Amino acid sequence: MQELLSAQQLSLTINRLAHQLTENGEDLSSLVFIGIQPRGTHVAKKIVEAIAAIHPNTPINSGFLDITFYRDDFREELHIPKETTITFSIEGKKVILIDDVLYTGRTIRAALDALQDFGRPRKVELCVLINRTFNRELPIQPDYLGIAIDTTPAQKVKVNWETEQALLY
Amino acid sequence: MQLSTKHLLGIKELQPSDISLILSTAQQFKEVLQRPIKKVPSLRDVTIVNLFYENSTRTRISFELAEKRLSADTINFSASGSSVSKGETLLDTVNNILSMKVDMVVMRHNASGAPHFLAQHLPNTAIVNAGDGINEHPTQALLDAFSIIEQTGTLQGRKVLLVGDIMHSRVALSNIYLLKKMGAEVKVSGPPTLIPKYIREALGIEVEYNLRKALQWCDVANILRIQLERQNQVLFSSLREYNLSYGVSSRLLDEIGKDIVIMHPGPINRGVEIDSDVADSRHSVILRQVENGVAVRMAVLYLLSGKKELVHN
Repeated sequence: MQELLSAQQLSLTINRLAHQLTENGEDLSSLVFIGIQPRGTHVAKKIVEAIAAIHPNTPINSGFLDITFYRDDFREELHIPKETTITFSIEGKKVILIDDVLYTGRTIRAALDALQDFGRPRKVELCVLINRTFNRELPIQPDYLGIAIDTTPAQKVKVNWETEQALLY
Repeated sequence: MQLSTKHLLGIKELQPSDISLILSTAQQFKEVLQRPIKKVPSLRDVTIVNLFYENSTRTRISFELAEKRLSADTINFSASGSSVSKGETLLDTVNNILSMKVDMVVMRHNASGAPHFLAQHLPNTAIVNAGDGINEHPTQALLDAFSIIEQTGTLQGRKVLLVGDIMHSRVALSNIYLLKKMGAEVKVSGPPTLIPKYIREALGIEVEYNLRKALQWCDVANILRIQLERQNQVLFSSLREYNLSYGVSSRLLDEIGKDIVIMHPGPINRGVEIDSDVADSRHSVILRQVENGVAVRMAVLYLLSGKKELVHN
């Protein structure tokens, strides 16, 4: 087991991402931050908290998206859906999809499909905490990135949200 | 996690964990139905036949909508106007339809046990019971339970009253099984001729023949239709008399002065088992039940369709 990010590094990384996401001075009301269920929600919450600390008293659009019904491996394994909470329109907005680990890219493909059912965003970007650079199965790359690591398929990358560490097994 | 069963034949055959899984999945589908585009691609590769050997409005439309919202392909079959009138048996009809590569069967039949018969002969096809004779109507009980949770937060300890034609009502039997499995308290009320004699011994259900007392006791009243089409003898003297003794009126509810959630599986006979002003009152969740029906049926179809690969292995 190897520590990829300590709790302190993780907090610094989240803060950096929060600054990067808002650095071009776009109006926050035109941005939407969406955490992908289940584990992207933790990252999204932290990032939204960090942005709120940088821009106090500004409402931030944020929600969670469950992609279960859009999976391409539905026939192999039955997945139980989690909550989707997008209570606002994403029409014409810039949507930032947030997840913890980017690996095959299939989750993001499903999330892009799911997002379409909520309207037509102006732009969709991807923010991930950890990018596993090999083994992508679809042409998907992050726009905002915590760290990039090279892994083999036999390895596992996990963020433990209790100890706030990112670990490589 | 998955369902413990390949078919939905009745609530009797389900575990409490199955019921919880269906209801929590339905919650997510209810959110899907509030999106600008109310459709998900989950069942793109699944074909479902809706076999209706008996009339239906709500259930049939609800299943069809649920299937379409899940992107399944659907075929509709009504016994009237089909080869059933030429003497084809149920099993032959279904086998012919399945040979055209159909994956799931949703069936309503006037014979109790018809879906169980099909499930015995077709173990690899998921069968969903949409009402069989006077036996069960499981998706109705599931949507009733979903609506009770939506209105009152939980099923555990809720006092639910079923009023009316308990004897001929498959909705009543499915509701009784479900509510008991999920820890609710159930009582029935209605004329003695419409309540099965051994309901207390067989199902452990208390009977309260006095409607006023029964309503005073309950949190939720599920009012059932008089199933005239299933009665071959006179079980009460007139509809007017039935209405006077067992019809739920706003005057009665006002006198009781308690916030009771009023449910009805439909179709309503206004002025018989329920008065118009009750059916349309703020206590009534009848149309909410219909709305929830689509989400609940989506959950059932989604969870049962997942078994396909497992079955073929």
